[in-house]
Amino acid sequence: MGGMIEQERFACALGAMQTVVAIPRAVPVLHSGPGCGTMVSRFFGQGAGHAGGNTVPCTNATEADVVFGGEGRLREVLDGTAKVIDADLQVVLTGCTADIVGDDAGEVVRGIRASGRDAVHVSAAGFKSNNLVSHSRVVNAIVDQYVDGKARKGAWRDPRLVNVFASVPFQDPFWKGNLRELKRLLEGLGLRANILFGPESGGLAEWVTIPEAGFNLLVSAWAGLDIVRHLEEKYEQPFLHFPYLPIGGNETTRLLRQVADFAELDRSVAEAFIAREEVGFYEEIQDLATFLLEFRYNLPEHYHAIHDAGYVVGLAKFLLHEVGIVPKEQFIVDDTPEEFQEAIRRELAATSGKREIPVTFDPDAGLAQEAIRGASHRGRGLLIGSGWDKLLAHENGLDFLSAAVPSPYRLVLTTGYLGYRGGLRLIEDIYDRVLATYK
Amino acid sequence: MSPRVNLGSPQVEPREARLGSITGYAGSAEELVRRSHGKCLKERRRSFSQCLGCSTSNAACTVILIQDAAVISHGPVGCSTCFHEFAFTYRVNGVHRGVEEPTQRRIFTTNLDEKDTVFGGARKLAEAIREVHRRTGAKAVFVLTTCASGIIGDDVESVAQEAEEEIGVPVVAIFCEGFRSRIWTSGFDSGYHGVVRKLVKPPVQEQPDLVNVVNFWGADIFSELFARIGLRPNYLTPYATVESLSHASEAVATVQICATLGSYLGAALEQAYGVPEIRSAAPYGIGQTERWWREFGRLTGKQLEVEALLKEERAEWLPRIDELRQKLSGKTAFVAAGASHGHALIAVLRELGLEVRGAAVFHHDPLYDNGAPTADALCGAVRDYGDVPRYQVCNKQEFELVNILNRERPDVFLARHGGMTSWGARFGIPTVLVGDEHFGMNYRGLVNYGARILDALENDEFVTNLARHASVPYTRWWLEQAPDAFLEGES
Repeated sequence: MGGMIEQERFACALGAMQTVVAIPRAVPVLHSGPGCGTMVSRFFGQGAGHAGGNTVPCTNATEADVVFGGEGRLREVLDGTAKVIDADLQVVLTGCTADIVGDDAGEVVRGIRASGRDAVHVSAAGFKSNNLVSHSRVVNAIVDQYVDGKARKGAWRDPRLVNVFASVPFQDPFWKGNLRELKRLLEGLGLRANILFGPESGGLAEWVTIPEAGFNLLVSAWAGLDIVRHLEEKYEQPFLHFPYLPIGGNETTRLLRQVADFAELDRSVAEAFIAREEVGFYEEIQDLATFLLEFRYNLPEHYHAIHDAGYVVGLAKFLLHEVGIVPKEQFIVDDTPEEFQEAIRRELAATSGKREIPVTFDPDAGLAQEAIRGASHRGRGLLIGSGWDKLLAHENGLDFLSAAVPSPYRLVLTTGYLGYRGGLRLIEDIYDRVLATYK
Repeated sequence: MSPRVNLGSPQVEPREARLGSITGYAGSAEELVRRSHGKCLKERRRSFSQCLGCSTSNAACTVILIQDAAVISHGPVGCSTCFHEFAFTYRVNGVHRGVEEPTQRRIFTTNLDEKDTVFGGARKLAEAIREVHRRTGAKAVFVLTTCASGIIGDDVESVAQEAEEEIGVPVVAIFCEGFRSRIWTSGFDSGYHGVVRKLVKPPVQEQPDLVNVVNFWGADIFSELFARIGLRPNYLTPYATVESLSHASEAVATVQICATLGSYLGAALEQAYGVPEIRSAAPYGIGQTERWWREFGRLTGKQLEVEALLKEERAEWLPRIDELRQKLSGKTAFVAAGASHGHALIAVLRELGLEVRGAAVFHHDPLYDNGAPTADALCGAVRDYGDVPRYQVCNKQEFELVNILNRERPDVFLARHGGMTSWGARFGIPTVLVGDEHFGMNYRGLVNYGARILDALENDEFVTNLARHASVPYTRWWLEQAPDAFLEGES
């Protein structure tokens, strides 16, 4: 939180309604002002899941609710939701209006639960935090108010079952693809993964097995740490934190080895899987090398990224070592809390012993744009950012890949950049944009 | 007695209070018109509801596309997250509106946090205005209020006044807190109120060939049509400049492409500066096209020129309209749209010979700010073409729309706003969404729409296939209820 922001690249706390939208057969219910849900859906642009977008129930606070309180209204809308929407879990998110006037939505939701319906309440007032922080609050609230009561008591803890917390749904535009690849990789090691969000998850039936998992895996710079810490405390589940997006061969292999060690898996099984994956991956990288070295015209030599922390670090490690595009000034615009910034700087610095990669933490992306406008580097450059950055790229003669929200210039369905496959897809996407500039 | 525009006040009353507008009704269109004009229109409250729009977005849409302005949302970071869409629109449609090199829209949020809700956000706003001025050099800075800034009671008007004196360009406070209105088009009124209050200047020299056109960002069809009768359009407000807006008071008349959009701006320019506003509903359908142009000719002193123009246009388009009518006659249709544009679509469809089974229209203004029954497009459509039996004012409530669409299963579904169209497709109904608000206007618009609908009817393989696989998040129980089951009171 802090000062003014130009061109925000994340939503407010209520944006975590998308966390609920990403859970099959769960429905967010907003106790908020009238336009909040629409703001959120239109920020992310694509994908309504089962009951997102215009389907999301909302109390649409009026002047009277603000003056006299809106608890009765919330009860009414929750009853209607149960009748109208075909869903198995209602997650109530309270917005600015309800939180400022002090509605006790928690009490309303406890009443709903007492009547036998599954419901969860989270305070998600927009002024309290953003969607990256609030994502953890939503997950933790579902764990505390839903999973905990449904979990099989005394169930055997399965050391081969892992709860995965990685991409924040929708904030990471490639969340579906990334989670799919992550699940495939973990299964390759011999684990079973509770992936929890999107079509690869087992929905709420999977959520209730969260306490049965042997450990938690967090693949994220900082968002989600509150989840794995909470689960560690609540269920004594240890967690492994991999602090950036693993893209391509080096980093995916690093992740898999860390997981194999952490879960004490059979190393030979893990290494056999990694070896198979790497053979396929490096065959393509060899072909890439031929293309890069023999192309007689012009290709990007350096790049800037304006993105969330996990992407900025993951992209730098991948593009420098496996594609040969050199990271210049990098901009982390996800409002990374100060306590995590030093570790992220260190991780980025560890990318190369030969060069410094300048990085700025500031959610005010207008300043990032000013800096890029003023930067000057030899050779052709690439800009990886959100739709906000397309015009900047055009004005500065940079190639442009839209890979962050909001992203109106790109349709993303199941593309992912995580893993071996994601790395190859990223290479294809970059050079697709670059080659399209030739007549 | 129509409401008076009060430019001395920083705020405009929302539509519920100012115009008696409603968001819940189920019945026939004819009955709705009768109640509206008989001043006995009653709101029906919804006990269950889904997300609406927000006034702040609609206010934003009236100011973000002004070429040389900057916009600050004074609120938490979420209250401006959809504004990037206007930046996209600005770049995409610039080419249709003489802006070949569209510049970056300058959009900011004061990013109010919990501390600010306790100690107030006024100082943060003052600092933001200063920094925005430094960063952008904008010719005007707009400040949009939000629920949070409204409830904590920041004195945004005073901050804007002081900042304006300090930086020397207009700083326009626009009051558009979402919770103040169920009718998010109230945000249009707030935005225009700010424009008229602060940017429009008293006339220096009257421009008898200049016509204010209140519109969104549709293609420029008026330059060519107006040129033929010796006039030129002054588009308000997208793609205008702070300078061009200042001259709106010098125009000979104001016309609107959609009274839901421009109701307040037309009335404000007339009341404040004597620019007469056209009191005829926008030109959709043949009868209304002719009424509108004749009224326009009368207002601008171009009666003879208008008759000549209509004659030429009729000769060019009527034969093609007849051809389309033969192909479309007897097909059934359903409309989902905002208010006035929904009425326009009803007229277009019926002119083309389609049977309009029903409409799900977002809200209803019994009359507009000018108080003129002749500006009521629904009244005109019912008179010209007969009743629409299943007319529901649904306030963008998807559950009601899905319920009705599932019953009606028309041959074609016309939607005007995002988020509604997929329901046509999921039910296997050919669906058309036209973004350009000028697309259906005049004789030519009937040909545009007719051809587009024929294409949709012809190319239905995609929706037919989708319907076999689509999911519906609504319960069977709900789909079997009457569509107004959650509306309180009698229809």
